Amino acid sequence: MSENRIEMQQIVDQEEHDFADMKARHFKARAKMALENETLRASFRGASDFLMAKRKSVFPDDEELEALRDRGEAARQRSLQDLPELLEMLEANLTRNGVQVHWAETADDACKIIHGIMEAGNAKTLVKGKSMVSEEIELNHYLEKKGIECLESDMGEYLVQLGNEAPSHIVMPVIHKNKRQIARLMHTRATTPDGEPVPYSEDVDDLIGNARAILREKFRNADAGLSGVNMAIAETGTLLLVENEGNGRMSTTVPPIHIAVTGIEKVVRSLTDVPELLTLLPRSATGQLITTYVNMISGPRQPGELDGPQQVHLVLVDNGRSRMYNHPQLKPTLQCIRCGACMNHCPVYARVGGHAYGSTYPGPIGQVVTPQLGNAGGLAANGDMINACSLNGACGEACPVRIPLPDLIRELRAEAARPATATALGMPVPGTGSRRNLGESLIWTGWSTIYKVPFLYRTSTRLMGLGRSLMPGKLAPWTNTRSMPKPAARSLHQLARDAGVPSTAEEARYQNKQRQAEEK
Amino acid sequence: MSLPDRIYPSRPEQVYLVGTCLVDSFYPDAGMDAIHLLQSCGVQVIFPQDQSCCGQPAWNSGYEDEARAVARTQLEAFAADIPVVVMMGSCAGMMHLEYPRVFAGQPEEKRALALAARTYEFSEFMVNVLNYQPMKDGKTSYQPLRVALHTSCSARRGMQVAAEHKALVESLPGVQVVEPARVTECCGFGGTFSVKQGDISAAMAADKADAMAATGADCIVSADCGCLMNIGGTLEKQGRPMATKHLATLLWESAVEAGK
Ligand code: SF4
Repeated sequence: MSENRIEMQQIVDQEEHDFADMKARHFKARAKMALENETLRASFRGASDFLMAKRKSVFPDDEELEALRDRGEAARQRSLQDLPELLEMLEANLTRNGVQVHWAETADDACKIIHGIMEAGNAKTLVKGKSMVSEEIELNHYLEKKGIECLESDMGEYLVQLGNEAPSHIVMPVIHKNKRQIARLMHTRATTPDGEPVPYSEDVDDLIGNARAILREKFRNADAGLSGVNMAIAETGTLLLVENEGNGRMSTTVPPIHIAVTGIEKVVRSLTDVPELLTLLPRSATGQLITTYVNMISGPRQPGELDGPQQVHLVLVDNGRSRMYNHPQLKPTLQCIRCGACMNHCPVYARVGGHAYGSTYPGPIGQVVTPQLGNAGGLAANGDMINACSLNGACGEACPVRIPLPDLIRELRAEAARPATATALGMPVPGTGSRRNLGESLIWTGWSTIYKVPFLYRTSTRLMGLGRSLMPGKLAPWTNTRSMPKPAARSLHQLARDAGVPSTAEEARYQNKQRQAEEK
Repeated sequence: MSLPDRIYPSRPEQVYLVGTCLVDSFYPDAGMDAIHLLQSCGVQVIFPQDQSCCGQPAWNSGYEDEARAVARTQLEAFAADIPVVVMMGSCAGMMHLEYPRVFAGQPEEKRALALAARTYEFSEFMVNVLNYQPMKDGKTSYQPLRVALHTSCSARRGMQVAAEHKALVESLPGVQVVEPARVTECCGFGGTFSVKQGDISAAMAADKADAMAATGADCIVSADCGCLMNIGGTLEKQGRPMATKHLATLLWESAVEAGK
């Protein structure tokens, strides 16, 4: 440790400032900032390599993996097929178990409902297990404005909160920071239950131990606990939650009120769907065979029981999901089990990291889901983000439930560029057609006009060959980092013609006849 | 590996060749090499002069009507019931995998499905239909040519022909295949991606260039010219040029050498 506490404080403040600065910019500027930040680049590259290798190690057999993915996909599709029925069944069975079910059409509705539950229970503090939906609806922000203290209890989320940043990954929220950055953060911004600064340490066990000591107190005193849900089982009215730190179990059992919040797509029919998906989720996410904790929550404390919350609530959030459900091409978006494998395998995510996306969900699934959410600006605000994909297919190959992510990204681009005259199928994505600008449509119309008329195409390539010495030596952005490709003097069309290669089946037949005649 | 469940026909007498627009203007010699190679296997090659581009750039950018208009021209150019060999994995993927979607519900749907069904990527066709075996008594006495093979993402994950690429290159006498680090990772080309997201694309290309340079190979071989232009162009700009070759050129050069 070569820095003193003051210096560390400055560094941590600077990081917070950099994050806020990045957040305020447009996608391309954010991406550029991320690309130029070597520490960040190293963190993400290292994480991607590590996580890809770990996933591979738990799926040693390709054939078995593909079979598991088939079953995972089928399980998710089964659930979606019967979604309305399953949601009703879920509500009935949860209610029977004593869980109070709430429906939220928008993000704002969800925040209001949660605030209402807290108010009714006279709850002033909320301790949170990991929940991406709570990030999606920007719950912390909402509750803090209402004077409610929210404390993240997942180690990664806790650190992100200390740093005043946002998660950069859906499973590993603080993956953008290295050990040293985390040690500085704990040392300068966390205080032990005795009110002392946490001693500086880069040792993982120390870091976790210190956080645990702080969080224990908070669990004991919190008025309410919040969690996400990985699967909601309709037939039994059970909420399933996986986690590794035990904070999920604490958040859902220690405080007197437990509020679970999730998207409507998380429902499955029966307990037999669980192993299908649970085999895939931790393996795909962190390369674990199973998470340390698998919580099955089936209601509040019953008379005569010694522990557990007195109230359990489930808030089912739509926020654009019904629209996804009704879109014939984009419906598979809802198959997602939020494992994060797509971002771990994405070469763009590995370069720019999660914050560059500027959305709750980064990476490939983020590109697909964000424009479709009800509160994220639609295609108008996310057009650059959906273009940040080379359609290389690595995400689709990794996805445990076979979401065709590249197809969906392409589909969203088509939605964004949809001419106003076209009739959209099903429910359009918010901001459909908003990215169709004059410049780009002129380019593609011009391109199409030339390329659809063979004569024009041949003429233009011939001219390009003739004018090759006149070609500009620079064409940004391509030539910023690459040499200018030179067209050949003569195109393949010309070379083939000159070599007598037939152009049509008739011409080929004619040539063959001639040859036979000559041979005779 | 090739696409699961794909059934291959027996050796046809004729094939159509899709040169692709990139090969047409930037790698035309590779196109002629492919033609010579196919002819040397006893297959008559038809190169429709009316072909232009598969339509992928516009399709991937979301300009569907514009893409469809250009794709329609290809339906005309490759109308007869003859197998279609495509020189790049990316365009093969467009025609084999995407055309059914491009023309779904359109009057040309049936023709598009038929064309898609008889469309093959170059290495896929050489291995699975022609069962191509290079002549073994080639230039084995020469210093082996060290080849860094780059299988494009569309060839690897779309058409699923990475194994075919490898088999062809490895079977060549006098060729030693070297594998760059992170071999399955995208080079950052991605068509219009390289222009629309220039910074990200350049960062990916720089990493790929490093991996290629580290192999110390004599040349980079791929059946996708976009990747070759991207990786080769980056290395050249960095002042450490490496030769780039289309797979067809490597195969044909080896065949010519062996025939001497
Ligand atoms: S899209 Fe697939 S890979 Fe990505 S988080 Fe969802 S389930 Fe996982």
